[in-house]
Amino acid sequence: MSIAFPTPDEAVLARRDAILEGLAPLVAPDALIVTEDERRAFDTDALTAYRKLPLAVVLPSTTEEVSAVMRFCSENGVKVVARGAGTSLAGGAIPQEDAVVIGVSKLNRVLETNFADRTMRVQSGITNLAISQAVAHEGFFYAPDPSSQLACTIAGNVAMNSGGAHCLKYGVTTNNLLGLTVVLVDGTVVEIGGDMLDAPGYDFLGLMTGSEGQLGIVTEATVRILRAAEGARPALMGFESIEECGACVAAIIGAGIIPVALEYMDKPAIEICEAFAHAGYPLDVEAMLIIEVEGSDEEMEDALARIVEIAKPFNPRALKVAQTEAEAAAIWKGRKSAFGATGRVADYICMDGTIPTGQLKYVLKRIDEIVKGYGLGVANVFHAGDGNLHPLVMFDTNKPGEMEKAEEAGADILKLCVEVGGCLTGEHGVGIEKRDLMTTQYNREDLRQQLRVRGVFDPMWLLNPAKVFPLEGRDLDEAGANGREAA
Amino acid sequence: MTTHRPASEDDVRALVSDAAARAVPLALAGGATKRAVGRPAQTQETVSTAGLTGVTLYEPAELVIGARAGTPLAEVERTLAEKNQRLAFEPADWRALLGSEGEPTIGAVAAGNISGPRRIMVGAARDALIGVRFVNGRGEAVKNGGRVMKNVTGLDLVKLVAGAWGTLGVLTEVTFKVLPIPERTATLVFSGLDDERAIAALSAALGSPYEVTGAAHIPGDGGGAGTLVRIEGFEASVRYRLGELKTLLSEYGEPGLVEGEDGAALWRGVRDAAPLVQPSERAVWKISTAPSRGPALAAAIGAACEARWFYDWGGGLIWLATAADEAAAAAVREATRAHRGHATLVRAPADLRAAVDVFEPLPAPMMTLTRGIKASFDPKGIFEPGRMYAGV
Repeated sequence: MSIAFPTPDEAVLARRDAILEGLAPLVAPDALIVTEDERRAFDTDALTAYRKLPLAVVLPSTTEEVSAVMRFCSENGVKVVARGAGTSLAGGAIPQEDAVVIGVSKLNRVLETNFADRTMRVQSGITNLAISQAVAHEGFFYAPDPSSQLACTIAGNVAMNSGGAHCLKYGVTTNNLLGLTVVLVDGTVVEIGGDMLDAPGYDFLGLMTGSEGQLGIVTEATVRILRAAEGARPALMGFESIEECGACVAAIIGAGIIPVALEYMDKPAIEICEAFAHAGYPLDVEAMLIIEVEGSDEEMEDALARIVEIAKPFNPRALKVAQTEAEAAAIWKGRKSAFGATGRVADYICMDGTIPTGQLKYVLKRIDEIVKGYGLGVANVFHAGDGNLHPLVMFDTNKPGEMEKAEEAGADILKLCVEVGGCLTGEHGVGIEKRDLMTTQYNREDLRQQLRVRGVFDPMWLLNPAKVFPLEGRDLDEAGANGREAA
Repeated sequence: MTTHRPASEDDVRALVSDAAARAVPLALAGGATKRAVGRPAQTQETVSTAGLTGVTLYEPAELVIGARAGTPLAEVERTLAEKNQRLAFEPADWRALLGSEGEPTIGAVAAGNISGPRRIMVGAARDALIGVRFVNGRGEAVKNGGRVMKNVTGLDLVKLVAGAWGTLGVLTEVTFKVLPIPERTATLVFSGLDDERAIAALSAALGSPYEVTGAAHIPGDGGGAGTLVRIEGFEASVRYRLGELKTLLSEYGEPGLVEGEDGAALWRGVRDAAPLVQPSERAVWKISTAPSRGPALAAAIGAACEARWFYDWGGGLIWLATAADEAAAAAVREATRAHRGHATLVRAPADLRAAVDVFEPLPAPMMTLTRGIKASFDPKGIFEPGRMYAGV
């Protein structure tokens, strides 16, 4: 275990019975989870190497219940960890022994759909995919599409500012949100934004998005829904060198084409995915792109013809434009199964950093060196249009010390991302995973300003406190709560 | 009045530290073209970013440009145009509207979240702003965000400073995401629609899969109204979508087609609120609401006081001119409350801006948070005191 957790507050642990007694009347009887067996289900998220049994779990059904629980916890100095579906890859929803988990999974209804205004109001525990499914019959969808969209909630998407393969064109969560209902730490319910494009005053909507459960708990969201394109078609291209592949991406964007998706896979990733999905990927190339375009048949043909023409000077060894739905599905099945397929051949940790795409060749070479230096393997899949890398660092859990090595390699990779001008996380969030690396991207003054903003919302440091900022965070924030100067 | 012209971020730090120590409030200005927005300033000293200029980063293949805050917007746009790219959010130029001179700067575009009609498709300035450097009220240089378009590392302070009108810090450098200039731009123009039918037509266009990048309605007396729908992209795609849109919107009449410089001028007019520039003594409001409530909201104001307006519907906006008096301001606030919207008084004489709320009043808990945010950036309250809200 290389990531530290704060020492639980003994006083809070000692008061557990009284805290449970206080929580009980605030929610429906089946919404308070106290037994160890049942709490066990909430002791981790998708960063399963770390587990902590929470003090209790509540699963409220209304904003009012969330408010009551928050008020009680803040009045009693009890920490709160917000939880959507628990799909965080960065450990954002892993609890602490002295914290109450507030899960929003029962808040899963669509409240209002307005096709004329292209908006939809939902409770925050609804899954990302369910939002799109609820409007699909009219040809609409909700754009941000994280890989976990079948399971992840909009609450978690807001907390992490999630993206996905199609955000090159459609943007990430922050670009597709209009309003939020947020319960503040003291139980106050605020409405931020609404069903219009602009909100008055400071951009609290932008601030809440990606704040990882440290500013409040989101119980409702008003999202933008978009009319889906008439059709979508992927093509795949294989290249003999990473260099040619990267240059081809630059040439496509330089020519004024913004494909709806532009995904990169390296040789190990191609081999792993092909063995699993039999997608028809070329096995004799060093790098491969999946390029998806949208529109009518005529528009897609035109765009793909342009892309093929642009690619020629870079000698694509393999070039396949999906001609049928089945071919299109196969191309995506390979890419989308990257994580699962890798899991069949090795244990792995999925990193998430972003780099300026001009640094791609250098970064991939260095990643290979870093990982080999630890005696491990790596497969790379990433969003080539925006430089969001997902190196899958592979190891063997059964070999003592390998997981720690993988974590160290992962940390080195993220530091490399920052070194070349990128950032620690493009879409997974900081959570506990990258918390201790924050100082590589931000200096003390940068971090202090963020901590002071955090302090405005949560002066007692009760909300998801072990995440995002280094554990000494409160000491970094010498100014104290609400940004006031220390005496 | 003293105007400071720091030549570097370190100079800004020294200047702000000194002002904080003296507890002297500062106005912030780039080209000072939007000085007349907000509540009148109570400052004797101004920090100008005119000495902080220059594009610091431009990577066309990465769709990103960075510049020091005082860089003229025109210079940024020229640099981008050389590589056939642009700031896709179409920043407005309010010089004619506000009767100001000087050069709009890229920093002020960020500070005011100044966006245009393409907002519906690509978002506002805040959506394109991916990184900032600024000096807070303690004289500390702070970086947030960066130069990559996907970044969820820590709190997104970039969004907070976008649209804060200088109340949170002196921006020293900003980095924006950019997009290619499309091969062809074409606008369908429908004539003679009333507000209700025009908004219905625009909503149908915006709800179609044809990627409308501008939608506006300019009412006119005696059937002179124009309803605009803009399409951009590669030639074959634009041709196809124009045809489909004509079919989709056939019940609204046979549209004209405007392209080239004529089309560009049309959209510059929408972007810069040209229909309301004259007469210049009128107050001008920018109102945001949901599309379906727009016509009723505008009509309610029109019933309560004499008003003229047009819709930048891609931006979800009603631009509206009234008499520059408190009664009209009250009518605007009343209508936006009743029809759920919010209004910003973009142009008015200083005495009116001092007498009424310029930015939409916030509910008490949001005002508390707003004051807390202000204090966390600027504990002595030296930046643009009261420009957005009293005490902020």
